Amino acid sequence: MRRRPFARAVALTAAAALVLAGCVAGGDDRPTVTRGSLTGELTGAGATFPDPLFQEWIASYTDGVETGVDIDYQAVGSGGGIEQFLADAVDFGSSERYLQQGELSVAREVRGCEAVQFPVLFGAVVLALHDDALDGLVLDPDVLAGIYDRRITRYDDPAIAALNPDMELPDTEILPVHRSDGSGTTYVFTRFLTTEVPFWAQGYAEGTDIDWHDDTLGGEGNEGVTRAVQENAGGIGYVNQSYALANDLATARVVNEDGTPVEPTLEATTAASEEATIPDDFQFNIDDIGGEGYPITGANWIFAYECGYDDETAALVRDFWTWALTDVEADRLAAELGYAPMGRELKRRVIEEIGRINSRG
Amino acid sequence: MPPTTEKTRTRGAPQRPGDRIFAAASTGSGVLILVILAGVAAFLVSEAWPAITAPAEDIPGDDSFVVYVWPLLFGTLLSAFFALLIATPLAVAIALFITHYAPRRLAAALGYVIDLLAAVPSIIFGLWGVAELAPRTVEPTRWLEENLGFIPLFEGPASATGRTILTISLVLAVMILPIITSVVREAFLQTPRLHEEASLALGATRWEMIRMAVLPFGRSAIVGGAMLGLGRALGETMAVAILLSPSGNVSFNLISSANPSTIAANIALTFPESSGLTINVLIASGLVLFAVTLLVNMGARAVINRRREFSGAN
Repeated sequence: MRRRPFARAVALTAAAALVLAGCVAGGDDRPTVTRGSLTGELTGAGATFPDPLFQEWIASYTDGVETGVDIDYQAVGSGGGIEQFLADAVDFGSSERYLQQGELSVAREVRGCEAVQFPVLFGAVVLALHDDALDGLVLDPDVLAGIYDRRITRYDDPAIAALNPDMELPDTEILPVHRSDGSGTTYVFTRFLTTEVPFWAQGYAEGTDIDWHDDTLGGEGNEGVTRAVQENAGGIGYVNQSYALANDLATARVVNEDGTPVEPTLEATTAASEEATIPDDFQFNIDDIGGEGYPITGANWIFAYECGYDDETAALVRDFWTWALTDVEADRLAAELGYAPMGRELKRRVIEEIGRINSRG
Repeated sequence: MPPTTEKTRTRGAPQRPGDRIFAAASTGSGVLILVILAGVAAFLVSEAWPAITAPAEDIPGDDSFVVYVWPLLFGTLLSAFFALLIATPLAVAIALFITHYAPRRLAAALGYVIDLLAAVPSIIFGLWGVAELAPRTVEPTRWLEENLGFIPLFEGPASATGRTILTISLVLAVMILPIITSVVREAFLQTPRLHEEASLALGATRWEMIRMAVLPFGRSAIVGGAMLGLGRALGETMAVAILLSPSGNVSFNLISSANPSTIAANIALTFPESSGLTINVLIASGLVLFAVTLLVNMGARAVINRRREFSGAN
């Protein structure tokens, strides 16, 4: 009886030593760890767009890969993700735009070292249509800008007819629908128009929330936009690809830089990620996509720091994101939910970048 | 407080621990509410300050803060004003029906239903507005545009989706109806029985009795209830955020698709994707709303207090 507490203490010490050893092993630059050895908690916050996938990834990782850890991701929005990351309130942040010089210098002051940022997935913004008969309607950037600027108000407008010579176009008035809330989806869509169409760049520009034309309709969230498109004859609205796939919406094909009309499939989104030229600092926009790539595509970035984590957390951040990018199961979940995994070469570069997390202790 | 305890002591009533704990707890709660209000005000002012002092080009829209917040304040006031215009007469009529016309059993049931309406979460009203009410306003607004288009309010062109300031005002009117009704109903119930009977005895019809005895007695309660309703309408967020299709316009046109947004809805919609100074700007717009609702509530309180002094009910 008396010896039992002692035995337990020995066992506990041994376990603690093992855990410590695991952490030290994970403390190298290489994110190689014995499966099941990680512990600790991770908190992240940021974009809502990848949230369904992040939650699936987290569930799959904490249930089947590292059962001793706890990861909490809060979809507070892209702006909130940057805010919380720069306020040092979370272990990692996430956003649909990368940190720019000003924010990077703020990050430098926060922990006294560089921030690390890398993309983890790509998502396309697709144009959902009310009329199922119009599925596959071809639109180019100028026509899209014209529709949202109300220069083009009917589906049988000559500019649309010229792009769709084989399609029977109805004499319906077009009702363009946009997001009424601030959104990364709006940023990707308006950035595309700003890069491609000069009059859009002058009159509207890009942003998470812009001043839309008076005769367009606002809807809250992907749901709000979809509902408005489905309820109103002539409706057209931009939504996330994953949302359009899940709801089986009729979508438009969009003409890319090479003049090819591309259907918004996951393959076309992955192709776009391979078409994009991505610099080593991972500060990029996916502009001027040609080839087989779907042109209205955005990425989702993860932010972390080069220093300031304890070994346990650092090992966990590195391992989780490496797992999310390399594991077959993670890719399967992404495809199932309608997110495009990144190309092989880009993944290799991103994993190298993940190694920089906490590299300065 | 201290004099009261002194008095109790001199009278010899023993101060039991329970008394002291209860006195401390209630005093603490009273102080806490003041501290919270002061804390909120201090937070708003300190967070809003960078936005108010920022150079114009840093504010969203590249213009000064006043230019940014003005259309939002306008939209807030416009929608709340029309909601009040619709809800107040309706609330007075309902209150009169409950207190003076309805059979007692029906009156009780109706009062209960009205109170139930106050318990419905605002998001439900928003969903109802966007799915049911908005499409149904399309035809009537077309008629308004064609027949009353000379009035600036109905100038048109009528929105094809019904998601207009008019629809918002209707939804807000339904939402504030219970508050106004219950305040007014309580006041009408307090009308001195003798006044009513006296006017009936002098040969007044029931309507004349209401006009001469009940309404004058309840006038300040109507104003006070309306102010409370206005306070709720000004701050309503979810229903407006879901329903309105905003586009920073300042116009009295109630039925077109170009609508000003409201302060509360704008904060809810743009906050998640904001960072840096934009957050300060949003908080500063919240400060404006805070000040406006505070003024409205103080106005309501003043009116209600005046009624206490002059109504003769006490």
